[in-house]
Amino acid sequence: MPVVKAVTCPVCGSLCDDIELTVENGRIVKVKNGCAMCEAKFLGYCGEHRVLKPMIRKNGGLVKTTLKEAVRRAAEILAEANYPVLYGWSSTSCEAISVGIELAEEVGGVIDNTSVVCHGPSILSIQNVGIPSCTLGQIRHRADLIVYWGSNPWSAHPRHIERYTAFAEGRFEKSAWRSYVNKVKALVGRKKLQSAIKRLFVKKPAPVPPPISEYKPYPFITKEGRKLIVIDVRRTKSAEIADYFVQVEPNKDYELLQAFRMLIRDQELEVDRVAGVPVEYLEEVADVMVSCDFGALFFGLGLTMSSGKLRNIDAALSLVRDLNMRTKFIIMPMRGHFNVTGANIVFTWQTGYPYAVDFSLGYPRYNPGETSVVDVLLRKESDAAIIVASDPVSSFPRKAAEHLVKNPLIVIDPHMNVTAQMADVLIPSAFVGIEASGTAYRMDHVPIPLKKVVNPPKGIHPDEEILRRILKEVRRIKKKEEAA
Amino acid sequence: MELLIKNGLVYDPINGVNEEKMDIAVKDGKIVEKVNERRAKKIDASGMIVMPGGIDIHSHIAGGKVNSGRLLRPEDHFKDFERKTAVTRSGVGYSIPSTFTTGYRYARMGWTTVMDPAMPPLEAKHTHEELSDTPIIDKASYPLLGDWWFVLEYLRDGKIEECARHVAWMIKATKGYAIKLVNPGGLEAWGFGRNVKNIDDPVPYFGITPREIIRGLCRVNKLLNLPHTIHVHTNNLGKPGNYVTALETMKCVEDLAEDGKPVIHITHCQFSAFKGDDWRTFESGAEEIANYVNAHSHVTMDMGQVIFTDTTTMTADGPFQYILYTLSGNKWVNHDVETETSAGIVPFHYRRRSYVHATQWSIGLELALLIKDPWKILMTTDHPNGGPFIAYPRIVAWLMSRKAREATLKKINSKARSRSLLPTIDRELSFYEIAIVTRAGQAKALGLKNKGHLGIGADADIAIYKFNSETMDPSKKYKAVRRAFKRAAYTIKSGQVVVKDGEVLKHVDGATMWLDVKTSEEAKITEEMKRRFKDYWTVEFENYPVSEDYLAISQPTTVKADV
Repeated sequence: MPVVKAVTCPVCGSLCDDIELTVENGRIVKVKNGCAMCEAKFLGYCGEHRVLKPMIRKNGGLVKTTLKEAVRRAAEILAEANYPVLYGWSSTSCEAISVGIELAEEVGGVIDNTSVVCHGPSILSIQNVGIPSCTLGQIRHRADLIVYWGSNPWSAHPRHIERYTAFAEGRFEKSAWRSYVNKVKALVGRKKLQSAIKRLFVKKPAPVPPPISEYKPYPFITKEGRKLIVIDVRRTKSAEIADYFVQVEPNKDYELLQAFRMLIRDQELEVDRVAGVPVEYLEEVADVMVSCDFGALFFGLGLTMSSGKLRNIDAALSLVRDLNMRTKFIIMPMRGHFNVTGANIVFTWQTGYPYAVDFSLGYPRYNPGETSVVDVLLRKESDAAIIVASDPVSSFPRKAAEHLVKNPLIVIDPHMNVTAQMADVLIPSAFVGIEASGTAYRMDHVPIPLKKVVNPPKGIHPDEEILRRILKEVRRIKKKEEAA
Repeated sequence: MELLIKNGLVYDPINGVNEEKMDIAVKDGKIVEKVNERRAKKIDASGMIVMPGGIDIHSHIAGGKVNSGRLLRPEDHFKDFERKTAVTRSGVGYSIPSTFTTGYRYARMGWTTVMDPAMPPLEAKHTHEELSDTPIIDKASYPLLGDWWFVLEYLRDGKIEECARHVAWMIKATKGYAIKLVNPGGLEAWGFGRNVKNIDDPVPYFGITPREIIRGLCRVNKLLNLPHTIHVHTNNLGKPGNYVTALETMKCVEDLAEDGKPVIHITHCQFSAFKGDDWRTFESGAEEIANYVNAHSHVTMDMGQVIFTDTTTMTADGPFQYILYTLSGNKWVNHDVETETSAGIVPFHYRRRSYVHATQWSIGLELALLIKDPWKILMTTDHPNGGPFIAYPRIVAWLMSRKAREATLKKINSKARSRSLLPTIDRELSFYEIAIVTRAGQAKALGLKNKGHLGIGADADIAIYKFNSETMDPSKKYKAVRRAFKRAAYTIKSGQVVVKDGEVLKHVDGATMWLDVKTSEEAKITEEMKRRFKDYWTVEFENYPVSEDYLAISQPTTVKADV
């Protein structure tokens, strides 16, 4: 059975590229090295929700049609529109995104990617403050302190810790895996001992879990090597393996960040608790931050989408910038979709702006709050929409989604997702990274090629190809109109 | 397609042509002896200057760092944008233009070849994707190799040939053109937030000094017979007193030179020609550098001229950018790349009234005017570090006209003016010399055989400027020079007229040049090497190299190495 090696996994922003796939009769039958999400995608991508024929809405229902007809209809919708929106892009290849931008420019629309509902605030903050960052290998080799803030890599980026941070083996820093195992053993031992003592000497009713306000730090057992700090509103799986867990009260991240900024400047905090955490504990954690040789802070949507939004990120970036006065420290957003970073990157090199780009005046304009797709939809200004590799109807604010589905809607997606069900034109596409090749960017801006492992079902084309056809058709229609 | 450029005043220094009225014939993208006069498209260039297309040896136009700069600075784009036209794509400027705009703007000035000087090997695909999206101009990129762990380890162990084979592999894998060193050793130290102090300060944990890295890679460069020399951004860049480091860097490879051929290129030398102990006692070290360069033949350099404007500084020199951030308080981006290099970005405004900035402006011009041989000092702004490349017409005017220099001198900081050497320099460059510093010299330094001249067989990359050098004196009419260079009358790329009167007529792809270095024995891709690869990087070995698919037009040059 042929085994394809060094396949890049098209699921999350970690973009692990060491996946080995066994292919049998044009089907993937075995996945090696991948996490659960990776396996699920490679083994289950061709499931019952796959769309295999282009469809057009007629008399209220979707009916099958030819690709040519679907492309023609899609081009008509776009060519007729005054202010179309083009949205999605984070789960497709850079090559397809590139064509998408050309299409947006041609039709004078607003093009936007999923950053608008995830790390958009991070980008706005980077534009305010800058960002000291690095590639993930640098962290693997050098970081002796890892901080995850408002993100849960154990569940959302399952191999992040193992490949790039605490459990990875680097040149200057060893993997903390072994000492973590020892720590767990010690913890289990201690628990056993305590319960034995309780059973023998103390007879009390089972303790009720303390409310958040009576916060107690996580039992801390010193271990060798890299340290891991997790800061989150709840004790996640990632928190379980951390050396320090700071349980911040929901929506109090900003306070906590500013408190850390004060502490690392050796300023006194004249309160007992910040964001529900005792100041003594914060002082201890701040001390760990200052005294490391190389620290890395990863932040997720817990920080970008909780109260404060870009102000939180401003504070986080400033904290890390300040820490660079004392030691080496870097910060990185935990990007979700496998190529959302690539979408930002391609947008930026072609238009100067990472998302929310408006071409209605013939040149790129950028003003999130005015030119993002959500803003345009909430103002009910768009009169057509094309959605590529995304499902905004299930993730946008309800009012925005309501207007979106009122527009003539073109969807290019392999799946019958919620948005696809509302489509007027639905063109199924091949899975990039499984049935089509391309390029994607990892969360640290490293470009990694995506492989074509198996052939797509008959008649199914990659996003890039479909978009090219639509663009060609739009140009043909416009030329005809001009001539007339 | 055939093309005949008639009656132009031709400047072609490589072929010794100095202001000769002659016709240039073009066929199939090359310059030929003659074409069928009736069939060929004719361009009347009478009363105009004809030069080879401009070449830029050092301009950050593509790649991760440039793009992070674009993302960082929406305010840079708001004030400067270009609409979509029937032939061109839309885009934005100013100091970090989007890719399409970059290509158009170079072409409008008559430039046709641009080298992107800093490509982190791990992110080479990104650089090439952007280069492929940069229309009209031909381009190439230099991989950053001065802090690559393989290089540091092989040179430490004295395995020069092994090092050369791996460098050859890397140049091929990244589709690169030359060996770039940035603050050698300092970037590795920056991995833990440190730096090296001088060229003999050992690199932490690697037991090697910058001097050994520079000498080692210089020897590697010779072993591989690469067309360009090593391209060096010196240690201590941007620090007062660093002219000593620049001199030491040039001296340390003096003995490696043979037959008076250059072995080292010191890039954006202005930033490495600072005298003084701190910013208060800061002054120009241009004279010392110029004296050395005038007495030696193994060095070429480029200016890195400062322009008084708001720009974005970006180099692979992480520690320098951090210092610039602490000095300016502006927003700061840092991006270290595992096992290879680092990068930093800080927006910066050069002000006439600032003593330091005005002195920097003066240093660049002093270097260009005090170094007697124009083949040794080439014109750049280190775009966008000294200022955006669209300022080239102004630099040309400053170099050609004492009057133009005086007009600017009047407006700068008075202390800087009184200390500047410029009032004592009478030299004014001729168009022939301008053709050297902007084209011929650049092509020669880069080893580009088919570019930078108008001889038979050369690439038909031609710039025509509306300035009659027979009747007009550029020294007095410097504003007319500026206008002429700002909007070329014609730019011809590979035999096609792409620009007329400063307007882009055609969106064509430019080629990406790279070196296919043939070593007698390939770097052994053994299991051992693959294991080391896995240890050093976080991507798989087979996903690392850049395939030719990433290049819009791939133009390899085969180089036969001595190892």
